[in-house]
Amino acid sequence: MEANFLTLSNPGVAALGNLPVVPLDELRRRVIINVNEEGWCVSSFFGVELGGRNLLICVLRDDSSSKLHLLGCEVGKSYKSLTAECAAFHLFERELRESTGIEPAGHPWLKPIRFNADESPDPGVTDYFALGGEGAHEVSVGPVYAGLNESGHFRFQCVGEYVHLLEISLGYQHRGIESMLVGGPTKKTLPIVETIAGDSSTSHAGAYCQLVEAMSGMQPSKYAQMIRGIAWEFERIANHAGDLGALAGNVAYLPTRSYCGRIRDDFLDMTACLCGNRFGRGLIVPGGVGYDVGKARAQELIARLDKVVPDLENALDLMFAEQSVLDRFKNLGAVSKETAREIGLVGMAARASGLSCDVRTHLSYGVYGEHPVEEVVLNGGDVLARARIRYDEIRQSLSSLYLLLSSLPEVSPCVSATRDISLPSDTIGVSLVESWRGEVCHVALTDGEGRFMKYKIVDPSFHNWFGLAMSMRDEQVSHFPLCNKSFNLSCCGHDL
Amino acid sequence: MIKSFIARLKQGHQTGKFPHKDPVMPDRFLGLPELSEGACPETCSACMDVCPTNAISHDADGLRLDMGRCLFCGKCQSCCAEKRISFTSQHDLGTFTREGLVRTAKSGCSYDIQPDKAISKLVGRSLKLRHVSAGGCAACELDFNALNTLAWDLARFNIEVVASPRHADAVLVTGSVTKNMLLALKKTYEAVPKPSFVIACGTCAISGGLYADSDQTCGGLEEVLKPDLYIPGCPPHPATLLDALVRFMGKKPR
Repeated sequence: MEANFLTLSNPGVAALGNLPVVPLDELRRRVIINVNEEGWCVSSFFGVELGGRNLLICVLRDDSSSKLHLLGCEVGKSYKSLTAECAAFHLFERELRESTGIEPAGHPWLKPIRFNADESPDPGVTDYFALGGEGAHEVSVGPVYAGLNESGHFRFQCVGEYVHLLEISLGYQHRGIESMLVGGPTKKTLPIVETIAGDSSTSHAGAYCQLVEAMSGMQPSKYAQMIRGIAWEFERIANHAGDLGALAGNVAYLPTRSYCGRIRDDFLDMTACLCGNRFGRGLIVPGGVGYDVGKARAQELIARLDKVVPDLENALDLMFAEQSVLDRFKNLGAVSKETAREIGLVGMAARASGLSCDVRTHLSYGVYGEHPVEEVVLNGGDVLARARIRYDEIRQSLSSLYLLLSSLPEVSPCVSATRDISLPSDTIGVSLVESWRGEVCHVALTDGEGRFMKYKIVDPSFHNWFGLAMSMRDEQVSHFPLCNKSFNLSCCGHDL
Repeated sequence: MIKSFIARLKQGHQTGKFPHKDPVMPDRFLGLPELSEGACPETCSACMDVCPTNAISHDADGLRLDMGRCLFCGKCQSCCAEKRISFTSQHDLGTFTREGLVRTAKSGCSYDIQPDKAISKLVGRSLKLRHVSAGGCAACELDFNALNTLAWDLARFNIEVVASPRHADAVLVTGSVTKNMLLALKKTYEAVPKPSFVIACGTCAISGGLYADSDQTCGGLEEVLKPDLYIPGCPPHPATLLDALVRFMGKKPR
């Protein structure tokens, strides 16, 4: 490894002046070598205007050394794109062009991704890959759906029943979150961060709080860290259980669908037992936690777990023993390990394809330092692997939960959370959290007054939508619901 | 096969008892806010300073809290030195009018929407919804989907989310209405046969919520379509949603 990166732990902070700014050729060489050969992953890549200069900042995750590596590069109106050599940059560069106007020259297709309402054409109005010839046809769905889904647009280029290529065009949920966070932190910052993606509220809140704590030198108590861990694991189980139920529903296996739907609700209620809100809003706050969890409440939660866990295991064992379900899941929507690495897949979907990438293990943060979790990695990359990994992670989260809930101290230390956060000026901070879906990355840059001049959010869905597109190649159109659910990605997390 | 029968016996019947019995809300749940009477000290702005969505204010007439903007985070409750704001555990919050969401001390403690005969004549026996997700965080969708599980079993009330706007009685809107969803929302509304209704689900849809000021949103549904039912909350609890929908149909639960 070459020394000339800004190397941070998770969460990490440094003075902006310490960020090495290298010429483009050097950035390209170093980044491409490390991503393609050393197995580093692109956590974030964005542009920022700093004193009249256009600065590109690249944040790379290195699991082998448990560090984050940052590198800057000054560019003009245009620079030589990285995508051709390193596909994981593909969406980042499209985003960069859309949000800053800096042109990644040589990028294969610089279509907008969020369709900013003031500048871009109408959402979804763009060039699409088209297929010609006999038997070729197009199926397009969205942005409004039959059930209660988020808004996104999907175009399938088909030959007969088979999908040659799926294109996903999003942006319908674009609320302008990143620009609203500039000038913060304010009283709105945390509530906005909690609504980046509703199903990952505590993960995003955790990433934000870790970031401002690291930047301002606050240290949440061990007790607060434990409560955060409890919230994160409840979130993981609720989502995994709900997804497994929905996968069962997609293959018309009704027992597990019915039971898991109800059980997911039970886990959301347990989160509400912590803080009143079923998505954990207001629980994780800068400096600690917003609510106390005494011994009595912990005991109550353990009793609730004791009641619901046998039901959950029963519902899941039933499905995973049912040959007709396994036949539908197996070999469907496979994403190979090579593809997963190349396109920069993260989280549970990447681990189902054999990549080891759990931030909790590799760049452990908060409670996971003291209570480590063992990473689950499976092979196959098909719907079955993405289902199975959820089951394995549920088991593991349950044991973490039991451990954390039973080791909460007898007398709970006073929970205090600072309301006014003062951040140092001209600083850069990075924070990573492993949400149930995958890696959540927040990067903040402060100006001379210690206000956010850039707040960059990367939700795991941003990395993984392309994985869903890859999984549909040469599958039947009718398999889309199953493949889609096996990833269960967020439109709002992508659109911001 | 036998295993699934055994499982069926083990899992039992666990659907909630609503509407015969009110659901048990978590003890930390924040529902209908209650405000004490009288004017606040003119110099005090503690509640306004912490409210992320400017939902609360006070003047000579006393406190006003707009549930259409409120995130139910409870920050105003915990910062008020005189304890003049308290969130009760009452979950039924839906209203037919925007003004009905604004709470003052005079609103008192009872909060009850009366069935509207004109509406219940049309949708009293079955309510079919077409959903449009217009730029929220999807938590509203998730909690609405919870109603479709056996924990709540929405279908027994003859409420259903349908696959075509042509089959719908009402458009259910979540999210702050992003400019990028405006066209799709309008087209969906136009495709629903008239007479039809509009339901604003969640704080974002009612007032824009946290995104009211964003240049990428229309700041809520009010600016685009006039809602017939407002369901506040961020997100509304499934019990709040269900109660509001059932009352909308004219079935008074108790």
